[in-house]
Amino acid sequence: MLLFVGRKLAQTIFILLMVSIVSFTLLKLAPGDPVQMALGSEYSQEAYASLTHEMGLDQSLVVQYGHWLWGFITGDWGRSYVGRTPIFQYAFVEALPVTLTLAASALFLAILIGVPLGVLSAARQDTILDAGTAALSLTGTAFPSFYLGILLIWIFGVHFGLFPTMGFVAPWQDFLDGVYHMTLPALTLSTYFMAMIVRLVRANLIEALQQPYVAAARARGESERRVIWLHGMRNVLMPLVTVLGLQLGALLQGAVLTETVFSLPGVGQMITNAVLNREYLVVQAGVMMTGCLFIFVNLLVDLAYPWLDPRLKPR
Amino acid sequence: MSLQMSSSAVQATSRPLVELEDFSLWRQNRSVLDGLSFTLPKGQNLALVGESGAGKSTIGLALMGLLQSQGVKMAGRARFDGQDLVSLNARAWNGLRGRRLGMIFQDAGAALDPCFTIGHHLAFPLRRLLGLSSRQATERALALLESVGINDAKARLKAYPHELSGGMQQRVMIGIALACEPDLLIADEPTSALDVTIQAQIVRLIQDRVRMQGASCIFVLHDLALASQACERIVVLYAGQVMEAGLAEVVLGRSRHPYTQALKSCVIELDTAALEPPPGAAPSLDRMPSGCRFAPRCPRASERCTAEKPPLQGTEAHQIACWHPG
Amino acid sequence: MSETLLVDKIARRPAWWAGLGSYIRHRPFFILALLVTLAFLAIALLGTAVTPFDPTFQDMEAPMSPPSSTHWLGTDSYGQDLLSRAMAGARYAFLTGICSVLLGALGGLAVGLMAGLAGGRTEWFLMRIVDAILALPSLVMAIAFIAILGQGVDKVILAVGLALIGPFARTVRADVLQVRALPFVEAAGLMGIGKLAIVRRHILPNVFFPLVVQATIRISEAILVSSSLSFIGIGIVPPTPDWGLMIAEGRGFVSFAPWMSGVPGAALAILLIALAIVGDGIREQMDPKQRAGH
Repeated sequence: MLLFVGRKLAQTIFILLMVSIVSFTLLKLAPGDPVQMALGSEYSQEAYASLTHEMGLDQSLVVQYGHWLWGFITGDWGRSYVGRTPIFQYAFVEALPVTLTLAASALFLAILIGVPLGVLSAARQDTILDAGTAALSLTGTAFPSFYLGILLIWIFGVHFGLFPTMGFVAPWQDFLDGVYHMTLPALTLSTYFMAMIVRLVRANLIEALQQPYVAAARARGESERRVIWLHGMRNVLMPLVTVLGLQLGALLQGAVLTETVFSLPGVGQMITNAVLNREYLVVQAGVMMTGCLFIFVNLLVDLAYPWLDPRLKPR
Repeated sequence: MSLQMSSSAVQATSRPLVELEDFSLWRQNRSVLDGLSFTLPKGQNLALVGESGAGKSTIGLALMGLLQSQGVKMAGRARFDGQDLVSLNARAWNGLRGRRLGMIFQDAGAALDPCFTIGHHLAFPLRRLLGLSSRQATERALALLESVGINDAKARLKAYPHELSGGMQQRVMIGIALACEPDLLIADEPTSALDVTIQAQIVRLIQDRVRMQGASCIFVLHDLALASQACERIVVLYAGQVMEAGLAEVVLGRSRHPYTQALKSCVIELDTAALEPPPGAAPSLDRMPSGCRFAPRCPRASERCTAEKPPLQGTEAHQIACWHPG
Repeated sequence: MSETLLVDKIARRPAWWAGLGSYIRHRPFFILALLVTLAFLAIALLGTAVTPFDPTFQDMEAPMSPPSSTHWLGTDSYGQDLLSRAMAGARYAFLTGICSVLLGALGGLAVGLMAGLAGGRTEWFLMRIVDAILALPSLVMAIAFIAILGQGVDKVILAVGLALIGPFARTVRADVLQVRALPFVEAAGLMGIGKLAIVRRHILPNVFFPLVVQATIRISEAILVSSSLSFIGIGIVPPTPDWGLMIAEGRGFVSFAPWMSGVPGAALAILLIALAIVGDGIREQMDPKQRAGH
């Protein structure tokens, strides 16, 4: 078991290093001279040289990478040119929680609605209800989330005036108001996942219900509900968690767009503004955070496998 | 209902446990079983024999009520302890399964849910159906596992199915199926996924346990020798029709149906040529002959055989459906 | 299963339209989606020849007018005809979608071939880089490239194309490994046929077809990502009639001119749904094991 965890951890750290190399390369490829940008339009030759030295830009790329990586690990992510604030504070402490809240609420909503719909669809296979769910989930996976967000704003925000259409309130400060502000964004972002979960649960559950162990459970006298929810869903958990882990990228990507639609001050807004302001360090911080999050969650999924399917338990 | 059944012991002993009368079954409008009739007295074992595709397993699944949701139509009569099974609703089936009907499957490895421990599998019948406390249930589970010949039962309770050998898995299945002491056990080819060396062991184990609990068992087998060892009665099926039925020693010793004889010669002489279908006339469920379904392959077939279905005739001890019995 | 039946039917009946009829009856949604996609493609190809107005013509008399007899689907805040702009937008959607997929597929083919053929350390190294890139969602990857490249149609194509190299490389490599293990390819290697010849004669043809299928399916993803870039304001720049851009422009006016985002939004949504159905159909056709679920 320890060996298994150790190997997974080693793999993870390696991919993290790769992501950091990709991010570092991106920064180096960025046009413009960072020293010049930091100094503004008027500067002396000496000031230029001393800042170059101070920023370590006169050293070899490998040394620069090492410095940068160490800085990243220790929370020294540099300063933003615009606000002169530490990027760590801005990106990690302020923006990331917003995005995580959005992503988590969307995922929660998607599972809450998607799983029962998928089960219903599988249990009533080839009925009108099943066909309707199929059509809805196909539409849901293909529909552009940012336009859906605008539609929701129009219907629920403007027409019915039920929900606020912009801004973020931290649920850990004011839970009810936070949920209230998060409703439309979470609904927008969850649609794709809801649709995907419905398709996934339906297909896998139908397959699971054809397995001999399901017939055997029925033969033991287990009720249909127990058969579906216990034996069926327990065996669907593994493919479901795997795909959800792999689709985390899509979730973060959707969050970027949803934040723009609802003016939420998250990572997506941060990166977008940084691109417009040519703040490469901030873009890079965003890229690193997204990559690390994806890799971290998939590490968790990997570690959960032996529990999800006892056959995968390492000896 | 159950009161009525247990109150009159005299009636109960005279009434057969399973009674099929002209029982037919269609799956997606294809005839799978055609006019089956046989009875199983209480306390006896019965073997359904025939090649694969003869509908043996279908009978087992139908008697467990496991086919109802799959676009299956039934006709005729099927009774279990006097209760009509054809018209039974889902709820009543749930009451029967597990408590009064138990089933053992072909491949125990696939019939045990890979995500749950053996103990969890046993907990359902013991705790939910029998209502035992968790302590009592554990005790009973250990006793059950020991009774089906599993050593180190305590450790096995915590094991997952894939951690056991095929023979062990089947023993566990037997334990689970018998946990509530059902009246009828259906063993659907319980040995076909096992090593030849332990096949006889498993059949004997089922036989012993069933006798011990005063229950009956319907074995689905394709091995005639095994069938005659374990069962008092044998029903020989071909393509969903009963060819020959009766007491084991009679059906096997004085078989008169050409199909049974061919099956026997298979066993004895390993001569499969007798069973090889004539070219281009393999019996398919789509185009069943209107008369005797064995006719296209039968050496004694006449025109009458293909045109007219032979009725099942004879005594309780020996029945046969053939126009030209040998 | 229905596929084999279908083949039987076509083979048995001499008249081709009878087969077609049953095909349409079997998969009405696929046919409908295919027709919708082709219609969008036709509009994209014909361009300004079929649009009622010049997509950048600003009718100062009628800014933000609701759908009317002159402007069938209304106008935006500059008085530009939305129907014309939505139709012209189809061209940019297909342009960015198809070009970036081509770029990604070619890049993926190169990387995947290299990784699959090199084996050993080179393969390992290349695939770890692909792993790292795959850890970043394609939109984030594209944003990062945009940050470096700048904005505009060509930059969007380049950024999205680069972002798609990772996913393509992974599937190409898997195919290469599969083909390489085939007995006749191994035999060719043992017979001393040159590596390049093997690649050209055996590996490329076997990798090419699945790649084309992949590419067709990924066009919708590319269209979505590029319109997303424009929507968040860092992709294609105004006044180019791009759907993502138009939706973003209409976003602020949703309370009193919902048609401004509604027209391009509907166009994008309809095309993406149609492409998804077509993609599902193609995938099913290619992989009969993946039966008609939904």
